Amino acid sequence: MARQETSGKGRQERRPSPMRHWYSFLALPAGKTVRAVSRLTHHGGSALPGRVVERIDPTFLARTLSRLPRGVVLVSGTNGKTTTTRMVASMLESLGLKVFTNPTGSNFTRGVVSALVSTLGLGGRLDADVAVLELDEAYAVHFVRQVKPRYALLLNVMRDQLDRFGEIDTTARLLAQVAKVTTGTVVLNREDPRISALAAQTPAKTRVAYFGLSDDLLTYFPTDDDMHARVEAEGSMNDKGSEASPAVRPGHHLPADVVLEKVMDHRAAFRVDGRRLETDVRLEGVYNLYNAAAALTLVRSVLADHEPDDQRLMQALAQVTPAFGRGEVITYQGASVELVLVKNPMGFRLALSSFDPDGRDTMIAIRDDYADGRDMSWLWDVDFTSLRKSGVAMVSGTRAYDMALRLAYEQVPVDRVETDLDQALATFLDAHPGRPKRIYCTYTSMLRLRAELGRVTTVSDAGVGA
Amino acid sequence: MSMVANPREESGKMADTLTGKAGGPRTGEAGENRTMASVMDRPALHILSLYHRDMNIYGDSGNILSVTRRAELYGFRPVVHYYNPGDPWPDQVDLILGGGGQDHGQERIIQDLHRRGPLLGNLAEQGVPMLMICGLYQLFGHYFETSDHERLEGIGILDVHTVARSDRMIGNLVEQSPDFGQVVGYENHSGLTYLGEGAQPLGTVNQEGRGNNGRDHTEGARRKKVIGTYMHGSLLPKNPAIADFLIGAAADRRYGQDTLKRMRQSMDQANRQELGRLDSLAGQASRIAASRPR
Repeated sequence: MARQETSGKGRQERRPSPMRHWYSFLALPAGKTVRAVSRLTHHGGSALPGRVVERIDPTFLARTLSRLPRGVVLVSGTNGKTTTTRMVASMLESLGLKVFTNPTGSNFTRGVVSALVSTLGLGGRLDADVAVLELDEAYAVHFVRQVKPRYALLLNVMRDQLDRFGEIDTTARLLAQVAKVTTGTVVLNREDPRISALAAQTPAKTRVAYFGLSDDLLTYFPTDDDMHARVEAEGSMNDKGSEASPAVRPGHHLPADVVLEKVMDHRAAFRVDGRRLETDVRLEGVYNLYNAAAALTLVRSVLADHEPDDQRLMQALAQVTPAFGRGEVITYQGASVELVLVKNPMGFRLALSSFDPDGRDTMIAIRDDYADGRDMSWLWDVDFTSLRKSGVAMVSGTRAYDMALRLAYEQVPVDRVETDLDQALATFLDAHPGRPKRIYCTYTSMLRLRAELGRVTTVSDAGVGA
Repeated sequence: MSMVANPREESGKMADTLTGKAGGPRTGEAGENRTMASVMDRPALHILSLYHRDMNIYGDSGNILSVTRRAELYGFRPVVHYYNPGDPWPDQVDLILGGGGQDHGQERIIQDLHRRGPLLGNLAEQGVPMLMICGLYQLFGHYFETSDHERLEGIGILDVHTVARSDRMIGNLVEQSPDFGQVVGYENHSGLTYLGEGAQPLGTVNQEGRGNNGRDHTEGARRKKVIGTYMHGSLLPKNPAIADFLIGAAADRRYGQDTLKRMRQSMDQANRQELGRLDSLAGQASRIAASRPR
């Protein structure tokens, strides 16, 4: 499991010195060999070849990426990294660039090195115009010490991996390190106060571009602070007015390059540079359309020298398909099974408000492996009242009982609790044949469920397990 | 400050919630025919969420939900007051819950906390139950010494003080408490807290590197009916004995000795069942939590 690598200690101790060793020419062939062997043995660890290369040739990453004509694009933030990176890479490709990107889930430096190893010819040249890289907040800092990105897209800071990084303000400081060294354009979410504040940290010559929401959509995207004042807001007599209060969104007035204006069924309207553009989208969930606004802003920045016309830009967006676990739909015996990745209260909340539970069976799978986060507190920050009517058919995963307890206090009916994921999935799938299903799952639950689903039906390779 | 009968409900739905209608089939039988008037006849318990906006991270709101839902099942009418800096203090306060915050959250509340310090101290003396998690646990002590050796004065309700250190104690935590048995939760703090003679620990941990200061095997602190602890989780849903201690202390102080005991005995079947279900799930969740890696 790739993300297990992100242990704080390992990160500190194993950081290679930037000196290039005499035997560095061996790095790439060695990495390729390790990769081939680990594939043969089904070891599956996408990090291993990267580790070998980093050891032998610490300058590998910087050297390889510095040759790219359009430089490096770095995407970071708590929620939406994978989807947005995929969108940006896909759109840039549609618009004619050769793009190198890291596969889903390997969002740390070594994963990038591993992906490079598998892409490069033995000569060590990367045949691409631009690299679009998704990096975990802490690894982004590690990465920018080696490679200065030309573009950075900073999405949001939510309390997600508090147990990893400490506090949300600490996470914001990690992203500030990225903003400080980006040479071309920093793309910022104007609606997230901790992100919009990073504009002050960018170098004088670096451009800042914002993406944002229309006034109407603000309530769909409460900030982290809003969310924690949520209970209070919902309780107050004047209903939910304070959720989008401008006081907590000091950046909302900033001029944005792209604004998400309206959300319809698989269709979205944006204001791009003052013009209203509309397109069909294959993406699921309101929050992914806001990620699309972020991706559009970034793509326009990368292609600023020969800006694509509006129609081509929208076409490029229309072609983007959902990433692994971000509203991915798998068909099992004629019924759709939707997998929705949830990893923090805000993501879970957005997912619940984006997907209608009516007419579907719902399952929730919660595990507490390192990649999921050990702390279960976050479940108490998600409002589950929207599931009261439909109920939940199955609760599973190591921490199934934490989830069941959470739902019980929220008075959401639960049919079954089964900690064993495989067994839970089998029961859940066969309960009502033909009825559409949706599974909210944490990261490692998703890996497990996809593998299990892969045994009984076709599951596409959405970029995992490279 | 806003006030509402149940934190998850809009005010108009209050009657439904209190009679269990909103709970779906599993809890719907409870008192279907009760009217709003009879709900209002129930003994009220006024619960105050202290600095709800700024000191409420790591799922601390689960504690409010746990207390209100249980109080409701026992037959009380819980009223939650969300108190923030500068707000007027409610006329009636029976139970106070406080949580953890970011550094800037603490900065925002510290002045108001000092202003309310004497009032809170007075209420603590009178036996008002309080649960303070993490950040407010520290500030309920004498002082917090920052890494620059600056002293952030607390309000001294608990005889403890805290010293900052650079790395955090993070992970699942199990402790043994003489009154509450095994308590499970999750700690995440960088301050080391030391107990003075006037404080009892909430529980003891069996390993170093966790708990109040990583050394003396204590976790949390108690004085009168005030509990301070580093346990997130949320604490109360998985540790109903503590929730009931708080509710019991609040009810007994307001309505006379053994009020909770009497209310428990006169609970109707549906509510009794629902409470049993919550506690059985809590037991299962706790057992698993206690067996998980740090």
